[in-house]
Amino acid sequence: MQTTLSPETRADLAPSLPQKQAIKLTINGTVHHLELAPWTTLLDALREYLHLTGTKKGCDHGQCGACTVLVDGKRINSCLTLAVMKEDSDITTIEGLAAENGLHPLQTAFVEHDAYQCGYCTPGQICSAVGLMNEGQAKTIDDIRELMSGNLCRCGAYPHIVDAIREVMHIEPKS
Amino acid sequence: MTPYIGKSISRVDGVAKVTGKAKYAAEYFAPDMLYGWVISSAIAKGKITRIHTEAALQLPGVVQVFTHENRPSLAWFDVNYKDQDAPPGSPFRPLRDATILYSGQPITLVVAETLEVARFAATLVQVDYEEDDHETALEHNLHRAREPKSGVASLLKSPPPKPRGDFEKAFEAAPFQTTGQHIHSVEHHNPMEMFASTVVYEKDGKLTIYDKTQGAPNSQMYVSQVFNMPFSDVRVISPYVGGAFGSGLRPQYQLFLAVLAARELKRSVRVSLTRQQMFTFGHRPATVQNVSLGATADGTIDAIRHDAIGETSRFEDYFEIVVNWAGMLYPAPHVKFTYNLVPLDTFTPLDMRAPGGVTGVPALEMEVDELAHKLGMDPIELRLKNYTERDMNEDLPYSSKELRECFRQGAERFGWASRNPEPRSMRNGHTLVGWGMATGIWDATQGPARAEAVLTVNGKLRVTSATADIGTGTYTIMTQIAADTLGMPIEDVIFRLGDSNMPLAPIEGGSWTAATVGSAVKVACEALGKKLFKMAQKMKDSPFADAKWEDVWFSDAHILLKTNPYAAVSLLEIVGQNGGRAVSETATSLPNMLEQRKYARAVHSAAFVEVEVDEDFGTVRVTRAVTAVAGGRILNPKTARSQIIGGMVWGISKALEEESVMDHQFGRFMNHNLAEYHVAVNADIQDLDVIFVDETDTIVNPLGVKGLGEIGIVGMPAAVANAVFHATGKRIRSLPITLDKLL
Repeated sequence: MQTTLSPETRADLAPSLPQKQAIKLTINGTVHHLELAPWTTLLDALREYLHLTGTKKGCDHGQCGACTVLVDGKRINSCLTLAVMKEDSDITTIEGLAAENGLHPLQTAFVEHDAYQCGYCTPGQICSAVGLMNEGQAKTIDDIRELMSGNLCRCGAYPHIVDAIREVMHIEPKS
Repeated sequence: MTPYIGKSISRVDGVAKVTGKAKYAAEYFAPDMLYGWVISSAIAKGKITRIHTEAALQLPGVVQVFTHENRPSLAWFDVNYKDQDAPPGSPFRPLRDATILYSGQPITLVVAETLEVARFAATLVQVDYEEDDHETALEHNLHRAREPKSGVASLLKSPPPKPRGDFEKAFEAAPFQTTGQHIHSVEHHNPMEMFASTVVYEKDGKLTIYDKTQGAPNSQMYVSQVFNMPFSDVRVISPYVGGAFGSGLRPQYQLFLAVLAARELKRSVRVSLTRQQMFTFGHRPATVQNVSLGATADGTIDAIRHDAIGETSRFEDYFEIVVNWAGMLYPAPHVKFTYNLVPLDTFTPLDMRAPGGVTGVPALEMEVDELAHKLGMDPIELRLKNYTERDMNEDLPYSSKELRECFRQGAERFGWASRNPEPRSMRNGHTLVGWGMATGIWDATQGPARAEAVLTVNGKLRVTSATADIGTGTYTIMTQIAADTLGMPIEDVIFRLGDSNMPLAPIEGGSWTAATVGSAVKVACEALGKKLFKMAQKMKDSPFADAKWEDVWFSDAHILLKTNPYAAVSLLEIVGQNGGRAVSETATSLPNMLEQRKYARAVHSAAFVEVEVDEDFGTVRVTRAVTAVAGGRILNPKTARSQIIGGMVWGISKALEEESVMDHQFGRFMNHNLAEYHVAVNADIQDLDVIFVDETDTIVNPLGVKGLGEIGIVGMPAAVANAVFHATGKRIRSLPITLDKLL
């Protein structure tokens, strides 16, 4: 729903827009130079300004995980991150996960296990799983379930998502 | 020969989905594209007295602010606003006038050069309202319940059957009785992708629209009629849909707003809704149901009554099949079913996965479980005692029904035999363990559809139909059907969908796409095959010169004589004789109504669930579940399993979590985000298992498929609730079963 600001507040805000500034983002090993206002999120920078639409918007509030990307190897919600904050970081999105012309082992496992249906949460799931593996916390199936619970899948592919990640992590099915 | 049908083929669109290359509606770009931001009504009923747009319009980068005051003149009549899934009534028209019909109604579209400026400018718009009293609470308005209006939609959704026998007398006389009131909350579809339309304004004023929809032709028709544009000037494209679950069966308001802005500004426009705005259109309606069963001591159910009241809007009569299922599942001679609506100041409800079925069947199946408990009978035994081979509502035999086998195989896989029937008798440490089961049922229907099959000059088979794949696996199963029909290697077959320029297919919903579009793909490929055969006959020294169509078959991209496998002509050779042109055929498939009308046609399931309930906290966990499905022929066990698992997850989510909570003081949904509207997350889902029992059906459609989109969810909520009863001894008839109801 829309929150309407009071007229007094509006008068304060109306005259000016934030100034755009030159920023540099390193995404999938490529340096991009952009003119962005500070209020542009990393997610919108990727999708609307760089047309890297593999990263998805599912809520814009950090509640669904569809926008998960890797920043210096750590998984983050790109919708809760301003682009200007990540000038000095290496950002990896779903488009940059695989070696050229190939697939990342998780991507292969997701196809093999049918770990999706509509595919909209999938890039976030896969980036999140890469982050999960980098963290080194998950030892069991239950760990995977718990630590992947920030990524919603409305189609309900969870059992297959867990199967795909488990296989790549060499965790036994009944652990 | 079916080398591909029935095999676990990985999705043909899988690589596109795991690499981020699959593009959804808000992911297309056009030069100088503008962004629209929707402002939603803050009140539930009344009228807008003024919209202050000056501050927004002064902001650099803002191009226009559209309201009811400056919108162009549009189609006058309701019929122009009707879509393929419109219920009887007067469809909502965005920006029609100052009237507010529901909270969250779109009232203004701010259009700007960037997303951020549009979003910010929207905060500068102030709206003055004159509020009227609203009514949004179903339970306070049950006295206003009335019969639904009938219309075109009634053709697909039959009204309750007439009473049979004498329910009152039979129920009164029954030594064993159960009666329960079942209350279900409003739910929202919440597909992961939010609704969006990218409208590309072409040089000649034609529109190319990337829309989130379950039917590109439906959106095309809507835009064409509302904006008075020829069909040929409106092309709707929707190759990927990030989930929909019914929400894409009607064009949503962002489509209207984006088209309006693009036409007025003569520029390309994208409008995406926010997650909050995903709660401002159709939803699964709240319902209040009463179910009564009367049985004799041997478990024969003699009397069934099922009454339901659902909500609808003030402007349309949305209705669904809630109460008819008992007459399809149980052969009781004395039955009475009623279904009524209460119009409220909300948006019109909308079909949501297994609409009506996952409302009515759980209520019925919870009472059947209660009856089994009262009779001291095993719940499966009671269902077998009251098994029917006929749909008693239609008084027709089922075209096929392997539900008995679902009970047997499901029970075996689950280990049902070792269940102690006594509630509260099973424990795992300090948690109570419960085992419950329930039946599921859904219609197996087929509609008309068209498809085109083309053999390209380089020998590839390209098949198209304007259907949708919302994650259901349409791309993959259609590729399999096409490959098998013309004996092509699957890698040489391309199936395309989601474009209104393609041959017409109906909206994708109600589990009918495999049957409907699959049959069209089959007949189109057969028509192409016949054409290729005739061409082959005319070739020099053709081995088929004296052959008939019945004498040949297709394999490995060749036409072969059945009697002589060495008499073969390759399809590439045939198309090579066509003067450098592809060979194509378009065909229409129609359901065989004459044959189908002699039978009732349905898909069945048996769901088995184990829960663990922590008595101190009232928390319920589904620790494992098995669903056995009798769904006719399974085209692809891999994608089929995913559909059923998805349905089971939805069933668990509905039983335990999902509820759109309205503050009736404001008439507004309060938990309108994914943190507060709970859906099942990964950690909520443990071991799920799926069984497809063998079922052959030659009546339902030429492929023998029954559709799997809905059946996975239908049996689950009651199975969960029955397991909770078995664990705790508490019969919770109000969904979701949140912890407060168990404490």
